[in-house]
Amino acid sequence: MDQTQEKAPRPQDQTSVFVTRKRTFTLAFLGVALIFVISAVATDYEVIGGLESIPKAVVWMARHFIPDAKAWSRLPYILSKLSETALVSVAVTVCAAICAFFFSLPGTKTTKTAPWIARIVRIIAAFFRNVPDIVWAILLLFSFGENILTGFFALFFATFGMLTRTFIETIDEVSASCVEALYATGATSLQTVFNGVIPSSLPEIVSWVLYMIETNIRSSTLIGMLTATGIGYLFDLYYKRMDYSSASLVVISIVILVIAIEILSNKIRKVIM
Amino acid sequence: MPILEFKNVSKIYNNTTKALTDISFSVSEGEFVSIIGPSGSGKSTILRCINRLVDATQGSIIFDGHDIKQADKKEIRQVRKKAGMIFQHYNLVDRLSVIENVLHGRLGYKSVISGVIGHYTEAEKEKAFQILAMLGLTEQAYKRCDELSGGQKQRVGIARSLMQEPRLILCDEPIASLDPSSSKIIMDYLSNINETMKITCIANLHQVDVALRYAKRIIGITAGQIVYDGPPEKLTKAKIYDIYQSDEGELITDVK
Ligand SMILES: Nc1ncnc2c1ncn2[C@@H]1O[C@H](COP(=O)(O)OP(=O)(O)OP(=O)(O)O)[C@@H](O)[C@H]1O
Ligand SMILES: [Mg+2]
Repeated sequence: MDQTQEKAPRPQDQTSVFVTRKRTFTLAFLGVALIFVISAVATDYEVIGGLESIPKAVVWMARHFIPDAKAWSRLPYILSKLSETALVSVAVTVCAAICAFFFSLPGTKTTKTAPWIARIVRIIAAFFRNVPDIVWAILLLFSFGENILTGFFALFFATFGMLTRTFIETIDEVSASCVEALYATGATSLQTVFNGVIPSSLPEIVSWVLYMIETNIRSSTLIGMLTATGIGYLFDLYYKRMDYSSASLVVISIVILVIAIEILSNKIRKVIM
Repeated sequence: MPILEFKNVSKIYNNTTKALTDISFSVSEGEFVSIIGPSGSGKSTILRCINRLVDATQGSIIFDGHDIKQADKKEIRQVRKKAGMIFQHYNLVDRLSVIENVLHGRLGYKSVISGVIGHYTEAEKEKAFQILAMLGLTEQAYKRCDELSGGQKQRVGIARSLMQEPRLILCDEPIASLDPSSSKIIMDYLSNINETMKITCIANLHQVDVALRYAKRIIGITAGQIVYDGPPEKLTKAKIYDIYQSDEGELITDVK
């Protein structure tokens, strides 16, 4: 044990790694602080005033946002709209996932498609993914109007793009080795997909779909405000009527639903993994 | 008549990496050949050229009377179902059961649709259970593959390749991830299959002593070229050092 007193030999260069690390952290912290100061000055944001207003805001919220009797009487209607939104989100996600799975296959290494095809698949996926769902909703508003289809397709496109990309990565990661063996037995691409790719990547795929369902329930609330459908519309309506207590009941019910879905999907994940 | 013939085969990956240079050899039916050589010398590439997981750049490869270099998609399928392959990392579908993995060996024989829906005949199932019994895996038939030990997984790999009713089995480092006793079991099965079923075996091996013990012929390759081709008895110490391009005392086999 007396060897611990003696310092282990280190190459000269090695120590500088730790110094650089410390320096990087310090610089990053100073950088963030600087950016905060600059933006506070640039926008006339009063730091002290901003902090002081927090308690006042809390008191105001507590007064207006506690659901009253009138709000509770609207609960059945709120719940019906909420379930409509939730069901649409689930339906969209499932449809988009099925399309994304088959669309992602030529983008993976498992199907041995020409590299340029894989490239095109990735580009298309990137396009759909990089346009935010809200922007899709605004664009589609022109063609479909204030309709549930607008929200449906907006979510569909964004989810499709996101899942295609994720599926390409997941499938390449989980099924590369068994896919090689299946091809070596003389299996065709389609046989390999159904016997190798799907069984080995299904749990990860389901897990991603559950995650997208959670995300989409949140996004669909926002999109609903734009397209005047579902629970988002209801929130918008109450809010504009300054019926804050009903609006807050809407928010509370959304939060409860999202948490419930999260708990449920974690349970499902545990079972399938 | 040789079952497999390499004629001046070369392989260059991506126009840059020379993996094989002018390889020629032929294998007769029923032989047990072991390919040895240092890492990166091109052993896996040779095996992969045979079942067209990799396309040779030059030369011709004749398997069972057909030039597989000219083969179209349909013919490649024919070649692959006649040449089983087993892998260092077993390459099973881990989430499926043992019996399902074994039946995958029949996919090459099936129409696309019955392969997709996983429809197997009673005779195929019967054969799968026979093979499992032969390899001592009856108890494991309905277990998921990720519950198995390495040695058991490799036996499933062998079972899958036997389901193909192959003329040739390609083994890419079949025991590199196994402990010595599982390694012996696997090598004994392979040697047994070779002798009793008359299936030709080509095995890439890292362990020279194992190759010497089991193979009836050794092919030594260094940097993509054959530097030894002959029976194990004639493989002298000096030749082994030559294959691994090292000096006396540098190999693990020298440790006493
Ligand atoms: N898919 C590939 N793309 C590019 N180069 C490759 C590819 N596969 C193999 N190579 C290269 O070809 C050469 C031979 O590789 P190969 O895998 O056949 O060697 P090996 O003898 O099997 O080695 P090991 O004992 O490590 O498995 C190596 O230089 C390797 O880097
Ligand atoms: Mg190799």
